[in-house]
Order: sequence, then structure tokens, then C-alpha cells
Amino acid sequence: MIEILQYEFMRNALLAAILVSIACGIVGTFVVVKKIVFISGGITHAAFGGIGLGYFLGINPILTAIPFSLLSAIGIGVISKRTKISEDSAIGILWAVGMAIGILFIGLTPGYAPDLFSYLFGSILTVPFSDIIIMIVLDIIIIVTVLFLYKEFQALSFDEEFSEITGVPTRALYLLLLCLVALSIIVLIRVVGVILVIALFTIPTTIARQFTNKLKKLIIYSILSATILTVAGLWFSYFFDLPSGAVIVLVLAFAFFVSALIKRLRTKTDAFS
Amino acid sequence: MKNGVIVDLQHIFFSYGDVPVLEDVSIKLKQNDFLSIIGPNGGGKTTILKIILGLIEPDKGSVFVFGNSPKAARKFIGYLPQLFTFDYDFPVSIMDVVLMGRLGKRGLGRSYTKEDYQICLEALGEVGMEYLKDTQIGDLSGGQRQRVFIARALATNPKLLLLDEPVASVDTRWQQTFYELLQELNKEIAIIMVTHDISVVSTYIDKIACLNRRLYYHGSKKEGMHKISEMYEYPVQLITHDTPHSSSGERTND
Repeated sequence: MIEILQYEFMRNALLAAILVSIACGIVGTFVVVKKIVFISGGITHAAFGGIGLGYFLGINPILTAIPFSLLSAIGIGVISKRTKISEDSAIGILWAVGMAIGILFIGLTPGYAPDLFSYLFGSILTVPFSDIIIMIVLDIIIIVTVLFLYKEFQALSFDEEFSEITGVPTRALYLLLLCLVALSIIVLIRVVGVILVIALFTIPTTIARQFTNKLKKLIIYSILSATILTVAGLWFSYFFDLPSGAVIVLVLAFAFFVSALIKRLRTKTDAFS
Repeated sequence: MKNGVIVDLQHIFFSYGDVPVLEDVSIKLKQNDFLSIIGPNGGGKTTILKIILGLIEPDKGSVFVFGNSPKAARKFIGYLPQLFTFDYDFPVSIMDVVLMGRLGKRGLGRSYTKEDYQICLEALGEVGMEYLKDTQIGDLSGGQRQRVFIARALATNPKLLLLDEPVASVDTRWQQTFYELLQELNKEIAIIMVTHDISVVSTYIDKIACLNRRLYYHGSKKEGMHKISEMYEYPVQLITHDTPHSSSGERTND
């Protein structure tokens, strides 16, 4: 098993798996407890517009996706709080419009769009080292921000109204949280793709939630479960030559199923003992 | 702040879309007042509190809190919201919830200090919950949760306490203790308590405001009792404890 690490693509894949797990473990925890899963889905799909723009301009789509997902995160946040449009509808609109822009740009780009599939469904085995560098930088931004504003994000997630009264700039913090979601989407896109990102936000945290009810531990357990499961998914997809994004999501889903079962059995035996 | 008036609502109008919620409501609260806003559900009681907190702005009318705008005065207010809106599956301990009362006292990104922990422990002590400080919010009963949120409001060291249905789910034995606590606090701070349950208009409250979209009465409890029946549009039996009470409430609106 170790010998496969002699390949550079495999070392990159392993690094990518770890970097992805850090981003989705931290941000996914807040996505789950603040119940902004659907918003995160909307930002993810809107980011596809940026990927299309990258193809059109002939630069790395990951780079153009960063401003696109940040803008759509702020867009959703502002539209839903400032206007009469419901957040739900705002998400739906941005979701589809982002995808449409992406498809339009790709259509306008002459010739065939290489690796388009990998941005849609992920391809952990083809992550170039240049993207690894981007992922490292984004991970550092996420870690530092959450370390610095942990108590604010915790309060915001639990009781936004009360946080507002105590004088915390909740609106700005909420937008910042959405921006962290946007940045972690960029980290995740390479590995599971636009369409499957939401699985990495939700499943590791949902698994971890069954074993702890402390927010800090939830973050750490989420990172751990995400690391173990994405590496397992990577291994499966390599040895059975299956699409990596889909395999990772299915490994996550299977692990969730098993963890729910364990939890149930444990509570049952607790009840009888 | 003129003549010790700390909350001054003048001719407030508010509507959600086309539905009028408040019409020409004026309320004054002085230092050391204990005011109970009573009225049926949907009568605009919570809306009044949110206007005082600056969470919503009235369509018409002026609001002064501590002689200032509500947003500027917020940091002096302790607030107990209604509790059905929370997600009790949230991974958070009692101590963490109460510490949120100290959130605004520290700058962004600063950790809570030892003093914060001390204040929160005292606040939990006041509601008899310090022994549960490490418990998860989801593991508490409704009444215990209410006490935790009261502790959080106290942890802000408020000069004005706004309580939205504070005894909705606590047992009657603790209600007594709770009112005694409020009476003790009332020596230092003003209190506004919102309730639809008129039986809680007990001995401890000296002023009432009867609110059902418009203000039916605002003044001392003694004179206002008969007005409550009028507002609810059916005879209401009031549980009042007969105690000497010399409050001479002023009428600002009738």
C-alpha cells in the first residue's frame, strides 16, 4: 500500500484529501449547526460560473472560481437580509444562474473543455501541485479566522438575535461565515466536484455529531472522520479504478449508515444495562 | 434621560406588511419600575420588546432608551427571548450559553476572562443552576432551560431587563423564587416583563400596560385591573394578592 506513494499524483491526492478534510471539518461543522446546508449548495453551484470563466479566459478555473463563489456568498447573504426575497428563493436563483453562466462561458470557449468532468464530479487523482498550494493557503485562512472568531461564530450559530443585542456585528460575521464556506468550496471542488461538495460539508459532521455534543470536539472529530473516509475513498477508487468523487461520497454515506447503527445499538444496550 | 425616564416610546406604529401590529402605542418606563405588559397572543407584546432592543424599527413614532437610540442603548439591556425558537440539539453547554451574555463586553476575537466566568457562575447561582454548568442545553427540561436563559440575561450586568414570557414553562414553586429574585434585582434595575398569562400579575409588579395592538391602559396595577377584562373582551378572573401598594401610576394613554 505504501509503494503507491512513490507516484507524485498519489502523494498529491493524499495531501489533497487531508487539506479537504480540514476545510470541510471546520466549515462543515458550522454549516451543519447553523443549518446553512442549502445556502452552501447554492454557493457551490454559483461557483461553477467562475470555473466557466476560467476556461473562457484560459486561466486556472480554480482561481477564477474564488471571486465567483465569494461574490455569490455575499450576494446570497445580502439579498436574503436586505430585500423581501426569501433566502430560499435567493439561493435557488443564484444556484441556477451560476451554473448557466458557467455553461455559457464553456460554450463560448473554442474547442473541447478538458477536465470539465473533474470540476463537476471531482478527480482527486489528478490534482496538480499548483492547486495544492491554493488549497493550503485557503485552509490557513479558514483555520486562522475560526481560531480568532470561534466564540463569535458559536454565538452567531446558536442565537443570532442575542449576539446582535450584545453588540456583536452579526451581519458582517454571517457574511464572513458564508465567505469561509465559499473558500472551502474552492478547496473541495477539485476533490469531489461542484455537484458532490455538499456531501463533504454534511456527512463527516453528522457522523461526528453522534459521538460528541461539544462544538470544539465536533470540529476535530469531523476533520478526523473526513480524513479517514476520503483517504479510504481514494484508495478504493485507485484500486478498483472507479470515479473518485463518487466513491468518496459513497464511502462517507456508508460510514454514516454504520455510525448511526452503532449509535443505536449503543443507546439500546445502555437502556438495558 | 429626563426625570429618570429610561424607556420612552412615543406614538409607535408598526405593521408586518399590511397587518397592523401596534397602533399609537406610548409607554414610559422610569428607573426602578417593574412594568408588566399584558395582552393576548398576537397583541404586539414581543414586537414592543424588539423595538426597545432596536431589532426592528417602528413605521412611525420615536423610541428613546436611556435617552439614546435603541441600538446605542442595547449594551445596558438584558434580554430573555421566547424559548421555542431555539434548536436544542445544538452542541453547546450551559456555561457556553451563559457566557454569550458576556460576548459584547469583550472585543472581537478576545477570549472570555476569569471575571466573565465568575460573573456567569454567579448568574447561574442566582437561578440555582450552577451545578449543571457543564450539561448540554439539550439535556435540560423546559423550566431549567428558561432559568439558563435568565442567567444569560443577568450575565450582561443589565440596567434594564426585558423578559418575554419568563415563567412560561417553569414550575410554580420556582416561580415564587423567581419573582423574589426579580424583586431583589428591581432595587437596582428596571424590569419589563411581557406575559399573556394575567395570573402572573402578582404582588411584585407595580405597573401594567395592557396591549392588544393599541394600548388599553398604562399605569399602576391597582387602577388598571378592570381594564384588562375590557381588553380581553370577556370577564377575567384575576389572582391578586392584596398588599398595600402606593404606586401612583401616570396615564400616558388611555
